[in-house]
Amino acid sequence: MSSNSFSYNEQSGGGEATELGQEATSTISPSGAFGLFSSDLKKNEDLKQMLESNKDSAKLDAMKRIVGMIAKGKNASELFPAVVKNVASKNIEIKKLVYVYLVRYAEEQQDLALLSISTFQRALKDPNQLIRASALRVLSSIRVPIIVPIMMLAIKEASADLSPYVRKNAAHAIQKLYSLDPEQKEMLIEVIEKLLKDKSTLVAGSVVMAFEEVCPDRIDLIHKNYRKLCNLLVDVEEWGQVVIIHMLTRYARTQFVSPWKEGDELEDNGKNFYESDDDQKEKTDKRKKPYTMDPDHRLLIRNTKPLLQSRNAAVVMAVAQLYWHISPKSEAGIISKSLVRLLRSNREVQYIVLQNIATMSIQRKGMFEPYLKSFYVRSTDPTMIKTLKLEILTNLANEANISILLREFQTYVKSQDKQFAAATIQTIGRCATNILEVTDTCLNGLVCLLSNRDEIVVAESVVVIKKLLQMQPAQHGEIIKHMAKLLDSITVPVARASILWLIGENCERVPKIAPDVLRKMAKSFTSEDDLVKLQILNLGAKLYLTNSKQTKLLTQYILNLGKYDQNYDIRDRTRFIRQLIVPNEKSGALSKYAKKIFLAQKPAPLLESPFKDRDHFQLGTLSHTLNIKATGYLELSNWPEVAPDPSVRNVEVIELAKEWTPAGKAKQENSAKKLYSESEEEEDSSDSSSDSESESGSESVEQGESGEEGDSNEDSSEDSSSEQDSESERESGLENKRTAKRNSKAKGKSDSEDGEKENEKSKTSRSSNDESSSIEDSSSDSESESEPESESESRRVTKEKEKKTKQDRTPLTKDVSLLDLDDFNPVSTPVALPTPALSPSLMADLEGLNLSTSSSVISVSTPAFVPTKTHVLLHRMSGKGLAAHYFFPRQPCIFGDKMVSIQITLNNTTDRKIENIHIGEKKLPIGMKMHVFNPIDSLEPEGSITVSMGIDFCDSTQTASFQLCTKDDCFSVNIQPPVGELLLPVAMSEKDFKKEQGVLTGMNETSAVIIAAPQNFTPSVIFQKVVNVANVGAVPSGQDNVHRFAAKTVHSGSLMLVTVELKEGSTAQLIINTEKTVIGSVLLRELKPVLSQG
Amino acid sequence: MIHSLFLINSSGDIFLEKHWKSVVSRSVCDYFFEAQERATEAENVPPVIPTPHHYLLSVYRHKIFFVAVIQTEVPPLFVIEFLHRVVDTFQDYFGVCSEPVIKDNVVVVYEVLEEMLDNGFPLATESNILKELIKPPTILRTVVNTITGSTNVGDQLPTGQLSVVPWRRTGVKYTNNEAYFDVIEEIDAIIDKSGSTITAEIQGVIDACVKLTGMPDLTLSFMNPRLLDDVSFHPCVRFKRWESERILSFIPPDGNFRLLSYHVSAQNLVAIPVYVKHNISFRDSSSHGRFEITVGPKQTMGKTIEGVTVTSQMPKGVLNMSLTPSQGTHTFDPVTKMLSWDVGKINPQKLPSLKGTMSLQAGASKPDENPTINLQFKIQQLAISGLKVNRLDMYGEKYKPFKGIKYMTKAGKFQVRT
Repeated sequence: MSSNSFSYNEQSGGGEATELGQEATSTISPSGAFGLFSSDLKKNEDLKQMLESNKDSAKLDAMKRIVGMIAKGKNASELFPAVVKNVASKNIEIKKLVYVYLVRYAEEQQDLALLSISTFQRALKDPNQLIRASALRVLSSIRVPIIVPIMMLAIKEASADLSPYVRKNAAHAIQKLYSLDPEQKEMLIEVIEKLLKDKSTLVAGSVVMAFEEVCPDRIDLIHKNYRKLCNLLVDVEEWGQVVIIHMLTRYARTQFVSPWKEGDELEDNGKNFYESDDDQKEKTDKRKKPYTMDPDHRLLIRNTKPLLQSRNAAVVMAVAQLYWHISPKSEAGIISKSLVRLLRSNREVQYIVLQNIATMSIQRKGMFEPYLKSFYVRSTDPTMIKTLKLEILTNLANEANISILLREFQTYVKSQDKQFAAATIQTIGRCATNILEVTDTCLNGLVCLLSNRDEIVVAESVVVIKKLLQMQPAQHGEIIKHMAKLLDSITVPVARASILWLIGENCERVPKIAPDVLRKMAKSFTSEDDLVKLQILNLGAKLYLTNSKQTKLLTQYILNLGKYDQNYDIRDRTRFIRQLIVPNEKSGALSKYAKKIFLAQKPAPLLESPFKDRDHFQLGTLSHTLNIKATGYLELSNWPEVAPDPSVRNVEVIELAKEWTPAGKAKQENSAKKLYSESEEEEDSSDSSSDSESESGSESVEQGESGEEGDSNEDSSEDSSSEQDSESERESGLENKRTAKRNSKAKGKSDSEDGEKENEKSKTSRSSNDESSSIEDSSSDSESESEPESESESRRVTKEKEKKTKQDRTPLTKDVSLLDLDDFNPVSTPVALPTPALSPSLMADLEGLNLSTSSSVISVSTPAFVPTKTHVLLHRMSGKGLAAHYFFPRQPCIFGDKMVSIQITLNNTTDRKIENIHIGEKKLPIGMKMHVFNPIDSLEPEGSITVSMGIDFCDSTQTASFQLCTKDDCFSVNIQPPVGELLLPVAMSEKDFKKEQGVLTGMNETSAVIIAAPQNFTPSVIFQKVVNVANVGAVPSGQDNVHRFAAKTVHSGSLMLVTVELKEGSTAQLIINTEKTVIGSVLLRELKPVLSQG
Repeated sequence: MIHSLFLINSSGDIFLEKHWKSVVSRSVCDYFFEAQERATEAENVPPVIPTPHHYLLSVYRHKIFFVAVIQTEVPPLFVIEFLHRVVDTFQDYFGVCSEPVIKDNVVVVYEVLEEMLDNGFPLATESNILKELIKPPTILRTVVNTITGSTNVGDQLPTGQLSVVPWRRTGVKYTNNEAYFDVIEEIDAIIDKSGSTITAEIQGVIDACVKLTGMPDLTLSFMNPRLLDDVSFHPCVRFKRWESERILSFIPPDGNFRLLSYHVSAQNLVAIPVYVKHNISFRDSSSHGRFEITVGPKQTMGKTIEGVTVTSQMPKGVLNMSLTPSQGTHTFDPVTKMLSWDVGKINPQKLPSLKGTMSLQAGASKPDENPTINLQFKIQQLAISGLKVNRLDMYGEKYKPFKGIKYMTKAGKFQVRT
């Protein structure tokens, strides 16, 4: 598309010419410095002054006026230098308006536009994704060839951006760059290839659009992404859906074999107008041939079906054409209902949809027959809609419904809209030719119309009758006579010409009338229309040949008149006829055959639909609507004889990056790999079996009912598909420094867990051993990162067995019952709990980005380890049977990014229901905030439930006191966070760590010496100990004897750097660098004994 | 995709232009004007017009032509649907979409258009997202902005843009939580001369106004979901759930939106709530004609029919009409030949009628077709298809919302042939 736009502009002389056109049409044109209209010049002067003022409000006013000028099409280009200065304005609205201006005029003022480039380059690095995205948008919209390399670089960078929104904009920028410089094609294809792999639904539509524009022929790029696109389709935004569906239609036609039975095509295109259900059956019978549909082909058809219910007419149409072009014919029927629904929409939508239905109804009329009445015309329809509806009615007509239709047509013929009435008459003619049973009825009806008062109606009837009579002239002498009489009254040239032609053809059947007609015509010859004159000549010639006795003189008179006619066509015709029929010495051999030539048997015209020839265009396209091949139209190829290798669409498991945990943990790596491949598969299966949204939605409702965090789960599970996607992508691209910004990993994982849990629930018939391990399984995801605790795991298993008797075995509460155990056993057992996915991707995303203002290297990573140490919130003795425990899942809190998330497990140890559990009065220190959980309606005896809440501790270890209330009682409880839980792990490189550490020295540094046995100084032990105490992330270290950990505080986001440096002997130096010296020293105090212990 | 957009008013002035790629001269609109001239009536202007280098796709709403210029193959419905979305957005922003309003708010219009398309491809079309990016102008905000110097432009990416729930903004807060649903059904019908139904179908929509705090998850179930023959949903509705349980489950957008539109097929028998008795005759000899119509209730399920208006396009030969209505007011425009009668409520005891004579053009032959009568009416508290909402439940939030459901039946394209 854009390449064309470029060349078009080239043709018209580039920007200048466009500008000229601009000025020519706009009445006011303060062109250049020599503005003739001084008032305008002055006005612009005043705008310039406003732009140069240092008040934002003045600048904003000026920009608003300038945008007003642009909108009206007035030229504001001379203000360019003044405007471009404001490109770096702090005020976001001014900035946006300057962008608008720049995009509009940069092409004309290329040199000046370059001044703004550096601003955009800077903005491309902005932590705010909206700013990055809009900088990319504007940069790529500035059509200045010099900056092509800069654009290329920016696109490449943006295509690897963490924010899908920025990547979406990168996809758009590809098209812009391509239209500016098609030379870049190869490089751009690389970017497209990369973005096609993107799993964000936001990006999918845009990158496919870019693909369609830049390299629609590179179908090989689609193979690997085909299944993903099919599966994501439902969640892609509606505009993207349209583009993807169109592309996939083309793809399917090249990659799969035809699902249409042989002979189908013939039957449809042929004379069989009466295709009905019987035929359908017949076809199914024929289908015995061993055709099996490629599962991928089926996938596409299945996954697009729900989109027929879209509110967006373009999506519905796109699905309809997909079904039309690639689904088995027996399945295409489902689209008709949706298309008929679209007829309720606006006039323009109706117009396009009716056109497409018209084409479809020619080939497969059975599809729309049940909806016949939906195409009945209303007097209020615009004419173009009326004629299209008529067209469809004609296509649908068959013996069964023709009588109803003809009655309907009778009403239309009387319509006040004469153009429409005329169209109806043609329709009747077509029905008459198509359905032989009604030919006579139609003909009679049309003859009745000949006495209509309206001339247009009569004329049209004549023309149609002429065509009908041509098919079976013998029986209709009476009608011809009747028509001959009409010549006296009718004035419409086409009708007169038709009558004359008809009489000429049948002159031997009406021997008395024909010469008389010629006599009358000879009288009026000079005043007739050219069309009629030609037919008079013809009539004369024919009569001369058959009845020369009566008409010889008349014909010669007419030929003489014709000889001096003003119109050369008529003069030519006259000369030709004279030579042919009037014998003279010069006349050649042809005149002998004159009679054969003039009175040859002429084949009857075939009355065909104007939509007959449109079916070679893909439905729903512009080309189809116009019936011309539009620029950039991509042909739909024919089905291949043999399907190309389907294995190209197989996707191998994505390679995993290995360095996401500290080095030297081979075991962990293994498990990680396994885990990911698992989740990969799982994602596939869950995607294909259930299209994430609706499925997860219903699931979350269930949870909501049972009193869990309906909303939060909702969010995250809905996010799940895209979340997981971004995760694995991130895994693979972790070398890239900027990537590790999110901690989506854990979230994505817990999603897949949800699915697993469900699986678990169904597996009830398992041995106890199996069962416990399956529980283990279900939590393995979040646990895997804390691999080294395997011994404790086994311990847990045994314990579990012990407690099995007490355990509530109902499958539904299985995962919760793990916590029950801890209830009896308050000693810390490091059990990794399944952590419900809690945070919508966005939060984390924004959080990461916002925090990174201080330094781009800080990004929250996933917790390296989630300890399962639970703390007693309310003992069952003091809680009258209600027990509550809490633990820190180490997830970013969804309730606010400054909050620490806490999971509370409530157990009912009484033998009656506890109702209405909620949080009552809160006594929080100043500044502290708390997000409470939703009240729990009731808790069954022996039941337990886990809820999550968030507390903003303001980076202090102060206690949060509140009341936990039931229907009858209130219990005062408090939570005091361990200092290690006030942190969020951060991923950074060693270099960055050192840099940051260098900044945080002096009073920001606390240190201590630790003495312990050497076996406690192995890397894994240190790692385990540190992460057990504090939620920190490991920093890859180049030295064996130095271990580094990094985190940031939850509330203020201050860095917390922990270094353990092993010295000779059994000593080590523990150093903590942080701005928050208080927390730093508390953490030091807590770490020191842990590390010293044996 | 979409190259440029021109807004053209009914008198043929281009009053706004916006380009997303390089500038297309407004002279391209000349082709459009040509087509407009040929079409004589605005609604007959073809929506797709080819020109040598471009294609013009237009929609006509609120007496404004929205003309999009495109250069290459693109699904025409894509563009048309988008243009309608633009109009809807303007309406949403400014209350009305008219030339003066657009001119007054040209900057906001421009900013919105800038966000809606990037390089001609739709970027943000959800009104909830757009409103976070560009705040709609209100008097209060204008005042505040002038004082504090703040702007209408948001500086953060709206959260919805990235989520899978793009239609809902986060952090919604209301003191009164309410959810209202209007079930509105329209009867499309053609009634023939003798009063029998030629075709009748029911098109229904459920419009919602949801003002709920947080992220509520709603389910709406029907007493008789089988009635719904064909449905289309707002993207928020979970399709799978509907397929399997016939329950509408969704996280609603904030504010007003159309939850679903449905179709009750022509196969079902449709109750026609009104009848029209008519006697319209033109006498061949005299220059007068008789005109008499009476409107009465038929199958109304005991409800009152309100807001009845009768309009009819009289044949060209009719010069004037002298009519007396038994109730309501009537007008006849001798130029457009449009008769309209505002009836109001129908009282079954005393049926409203309109009687009188028509004066015809002297000498002209009598019109060969009687005019079609178009009917408008409303019936409150009734969904003519019999559709009933069973219950509305909310999950995910703990407060108790106020819920309301209203039913209404209206005439859609309701025509009586005479």
